[in-house]
Amino acid sequence: MLQTVFTAMLPIGESLVVQKNRMSGVRSSGPRIAVVTGMYGDELEGQFVAYELVRRLNENPLSLTGVVDVYPALNPLGISSLEHGVPQFDIDLERTFPGNPDGNLTEALADAVFRDILGARVCVVIHSSNVHVREMTQARIDEGNAKNLVDLASLLNPQIIWVRDRQPVAEPTLAHALNAKRCPTIVVEMGASTGVSMDSSSWLVEGILRLLEHLHAWTGPTIALPFPRVVRGGNVAVITASSPGLFVPRVEHGTQVRRDDVIGSIVDPLEGTTACEVRAPCNGLLFSLRAYPIAQPGSLLARILEEGL
Amino acid sequence: MRRGIVFQMEVPHREPMRIRGFEFGNDRGVRACAIVGSTRGNEVQQTFICARLVAMLANLERDGMIDAHVNILVLPCVNPFSMNVHQRFWPVERSDINRSFPGDADGGTTERIAASILRVAQTYEQGIQLCSFSQQGDFLPHVRITYQGPISDRSVELARDFCLPYVVTRMPTAYDESTLNYVWQQSGTHAFSLYSKATDRIDKGSADLVADAVLRFLVARGVLTAAAERVARQGSKTIPLAESDLVDLRTKRSAGFLITTVRVGDRVRKGQKLAQVFDAFDTHVLETLQSPVNGRVFFMRTDSLVQQHMVVLRIAPE
Repeated sequence: MLQTVFTAMLPIGESLVVQKNRMSGVRSSGPRIAVVTGMYGDELEGQFVAYELVRRLNENPLSLTGVVDVYPALNPLGISSLEHGVPQFDIDLERTFPGNPDGNLTEALADAVFRDILGARVCVVIHSSNVHVREMTQARIDEGNAKNLVDLASLLNPQIIWVRDRQPVAEPTLAHALNAKRCPTIVVEMGASTGVSMDSSSWLVEGILRLLEHLHAWTGPTIALPFPRVVRGGNVAVITASSPGLFVPRVEHGTQVRRDDVIGSIVDPLEGTTACEVRAPCNGLLFSLRAYPIAQPGSLLARILEEGL
Repeated sequence: MRRGIVFQMEVPHREPMRIRGFEFGNDRGVRACAIVGSTRGNEVQQTFICARLVAMLANLERDGMIDAHVNILVLPCVNPFSMNVHQRFWPVERSDINRSFPGDADGGTTERIAASILRVAQTYEQGIQLCSFSQQGDFLPHVRITYQGPISDRSVELARDFCLPYVVTRMPTAYDESTLNYVWQQSGTHAFSLYSKATDRIDKGSADLVADAVLRFLVARGVLTAAAERVARQGSKTIPLAESDLVDLRTKRSAGFLITTVRVGDRVRKGQKLAQVFDAFDTHVLETLQSPVNGRVFFMRTDSLVQQHMVVLRIAPE
């Protein structure tokens, strides 16, 4: 059943409407699970996940024994105009939670979404990576919530579970606000901006069904990937550019690299020279790799999950 | 006056990004005050104010009105890279320098810039940042302090020396912990954010007002000699306010054309009609916003189109 979560009038004969699709199973007292995406207008991986999840649940109504709320587009104006933030406001919606019912439009929207989700047994927030970096599918969890969330996150079929230290800049996020209210929330980061990785999205849908099964909200078939690798913040090597230029990768994303392997080069298109070679500082799994080739000093080029730790 | 490059970064296909610094007074003197201008690419007014201050301080230095034992630093534009392409945030990665503090010399691009600024700026006793809001509109010029602890209590007292109408104290959220104002205070600098009327255009009147406020502050703090007092126009008595004291008027049930009937700084009475929202197709009145208190217009939205749930005016109660 389509339901309106938030609406606000726009100046010229239109309203901004945030909708969800509520699918209730045969047992109305079953747990409620929220799946949220479309926070950024240029991060579209979650669109296919939402479509496929709704399709699967609609196709197997008798297997659903809980309630699933799918919120495909928290930022409909951004999606319609390929803008990362909320158009006109230049505001990052994911830095607005828990919102404010008496605040500006984006704060009121955040408040309405936050309150609508509260009380869910589990919430899954799906982000794509940004335009710059391609990511393996990973669940991101704050260290403070790791005890409660790692086992749940492993059901989602991520390739990696990244447990990170406290990051103040992440505290106004939906996941942080919900976890603070004891609504277990897992952030999934995957793929790259403005596209859909069909394989990764399909695996995540299977993972969400596994989560539903675990919560006794789904009795249909599920498929599991091998258990993900759990990584703590300090076990990730972050490689940034030291020179400006064009980053040319020399390895495939998602592959194992060895210490001193050349990951890529930064080249100078004007002079036809190589500014520097970028080498792996350790052995491990290259789980993030730059997708947007122009690099400035400090641009993120790669992340490696260090092995042997 | 001594010119220098505080930070330089090579970038693809453009000249290096250079953050220029202008130093006044005794180069070995007490580091009395650092003034930081635009961190965002749309902060035209903030850059202009700093440029005016560079000119004023150069004249004062020439006339011997800078204390012989102090040093002043002005960084008019921290983000010329964005300003030259009319982008508010750091292009491509859309990161905000003023959400990147304390920064990291080996971190991401804006973290490197933030670290380079802080390395210099935190050596000063007092720090003044010319800031802007994300809300588009006009503001009454004021001083703002993000509360960081006991140092902020003293900063509120010192802020009276700007002689601007209001000093607003804001309780920080986690998101504020990465601003220059907050991090500056952590390193022991009294930090003041100065807000002018405009952001992406020059408003000469309020630019002069803020530049004068900086000079008044520097005279009161002994950084400029008493003789410099005649250079700046007289200010006003300062009223301390908590951010939560401000009264917001918002569009509760309408969207459309917005017409306001007051200006920033106007005194308004409780019940006074301040703005109306008109239907976008036939201009009938959809909503009338009246002041719930006596006070002064602190903020006013300037966009002619307005959505539902938007703050149109903020009133400082009196």
